[in-house]
Amino acid sequence: MTKVETSNTKTTRLYHSIQKRKFIVLVILALVLIISSILAIGIGSVYIPPQDVLTVFGHALFPEQISSPDDGMADLIVLNFRLPRILLAILAGVALATAGAVMQGLLRNPLVSPFTLGLSSAASFGAALMIVLGPAIFGAVFAGTIILVGVTFSIKSILLILSAFLFGWLSVILVYFISKTKNTSQAIMILAGVVIGYLFQAGLLALKYVSNDDALREIVTWLMGGMWGATWQAIAILLPIVLICFFLVERKAWDLNTLSGGDDVAKNLGINVPRFRITGLLIVSFAASACLAFTGIIGFVGLMAPHICRMLLGNDYRYLLPASALLGALILLISDTVARVIFAPVEIPVGIIMYILGGLFFLFLITRGHGRYLA
Amino acid sequence: MNISIEHVTQKYGSHEVLHDVSFESKSGEVLALLGPNGSGKSTLIKTIADIISPAAGTIKIDGTDLQKIDPIARAKMIGYVPQYFHYTPFTTVLDTVLIGRRPYMSWSVSDDDLNIADSALSIMSITDLSDRFVNELSGGQRQRVFIARALAQDPSFFLFDEPTSSLDLRHQLETVLTMQNIVRKDDSGMIIALHDLNLALRYTDKVLMLKDGEMYAYGTPDNVLTVESVRDVYGVNSEIVENEQGKFILSYAPS
Repeated sequence: MTKVETSNTKTTRLYHSIQKRKFIVLVILALVLIISSILAIGIGSVYIPPQDVLTVFGHALFPEQISSPDDGMADLIVLNFRLPRILLAILAGVALATAGAVMQGLLRNPLVSPFTLGLSSAASFGAALMIVLGPAIFGAVFAGTIILVGVTFSIKSILLILSAFLFGWLSVILVYFISKTKNTSQAIMILAGVVIGYLFQAGLLALKYVSNDDALREIVTWLMGGMWGATWQAIAILLPIVLICFFLVERKAWDLNTLSGGDDVAKNLGINVPRFRITGLLIVSFAASACLAFTGIIGFVGLMAPHICRMLLGNDYRYLLPASALLGALILLISDTVARVIFAPVEIPVGIIMYILGGLFFLFLITRGHGRYLA
Repeated sequence: MNISIEHVTQKYGSHEVLHDVSFESKSGEVLALLGPNGSGKSTLIKTIADIISPAAGTIKIDGTDLQKIDPIARAKMIGYVPQYFHYTPFTTVLDTVLIGRRPYMSWSVSDDDLNIADSALSIMSITDLSDRFVNELSGGQRQRVFIARALAQDPSFFLFDEPTSSLDLRHQLETVLTMQNIVRKDDSGMIIALHDLNLALRYTDKVLMLKDGEMYAYGTPDNVLTVESVRDVYGVNSEIVENEQGKFILSYAPS
């Protein structure tokens, strides 16, 4: 095709001005996340002013040059308790929001998320299975501890995390095998996800029914989700998983854009659609299952963050994915902080806050018109 | 470029939708696929686009089996515009057209990509719609966006599945003329499924008529489009009239 030789066409100017605006939104989101994190670290039963939080970070990085803000209490609270928790909220927010955005693109359905595709139900089943049957299967070992790289871990929590993760990921593999019988079409994948979700729900109900009072309470608490599992070990496991999975899907942003034109158009543009669909799903559900295994069930982030970002920035996945990741992290961080302090000294599960936010968000979605913002 | 379709048969389950279809289409030529609903036009176009593999027979591009060509290389050769479009809300016209550049880019968009997208938008007269969301457009505008997407793909061969179905009279004529111009000017090829026999008669070089998945006739529009063939294939009585503008088919009653 004959192309216009000048690079200063109306299209080029329009494209660059839109990119600039999208980039500014990303920078603003990142700054808001950083500021919120510093404030969130300070908030709690012991209030630590933001400048002290920064001094603690400075002291940790340059112990010779910067001295600790007080007797070391702030150091302990910030570095050992609050920072891992805030990082867990951020990582879980990134993983769940990215998973939601990618699933919506791969399956061309705005309402799919780790929640609707059966992943959450399967992870819940995996956790409940270990809570209820773990003591019977593993006997005395289950209540014991293990020392790995010099750190003591409870065997029960390791098995619980592993089981939740494996079942969460397994559900997506099952979805794949069911949908493969029908050419890996997106409609069959969604239906298979819903069906598998119901089956694991049935298993979960059965486990709840046979469990004793203590186990039942433990299951219910896990299902509500929370950042109680935040430790530096958890962060060390999740950080590389979430980052690698994010960059793997971000690299395929154009393929996600292309899929929005339909399977036939994507195939014509050189994409192996069934392979892309399943590898994409496996990558994002790996990160989402890993995070859910540590936090318990956290819904709606995977729906809210991508939807808001689509309205803000449009559907170009190159920007939609990082924006959703940042906003997902922000939503979960703020919700977790509210959950921590709203009824202080009692903490409530962040899952409850997410249900309230999610409900209000969908109310807003169904009552508002089709506005346009930046894109 | 030369596309040869050799004894192609296509099935959905056990139901045969195309039977032993063979023809050739080459650069600089517009070939119309005609036939009533369910005659196999869309299936044939999807088979040539390598969206579905043929149940039997082969499709060759300049002598090379289509199945053996790398998908990205094939994407640069054959552009396809489907009959039904998918689009996601909050996707701009420009982003949709840029999708056509996917075989040429990995993550960032080059000035070259933007210039080609700019030409595609301007050929389809939709430059002013660039920053609008596709879901805000009328059906006809949307169809022009999807044709622009195929133009941005810059292929040597275009496959169009009823691209004028949601366009008004003026835009139907404009689109077919534009495509005819591109084929002539850039020496590309085009296979276009059409329902409008007059567009086929007046603006295409070859016509392939399908009836129940089989080739009914293949040749120049003048030779293929006759009162008899229209009656046999479409079940419609018609008359061919000629004036200073050329030949026209007037269909007036089911036979």
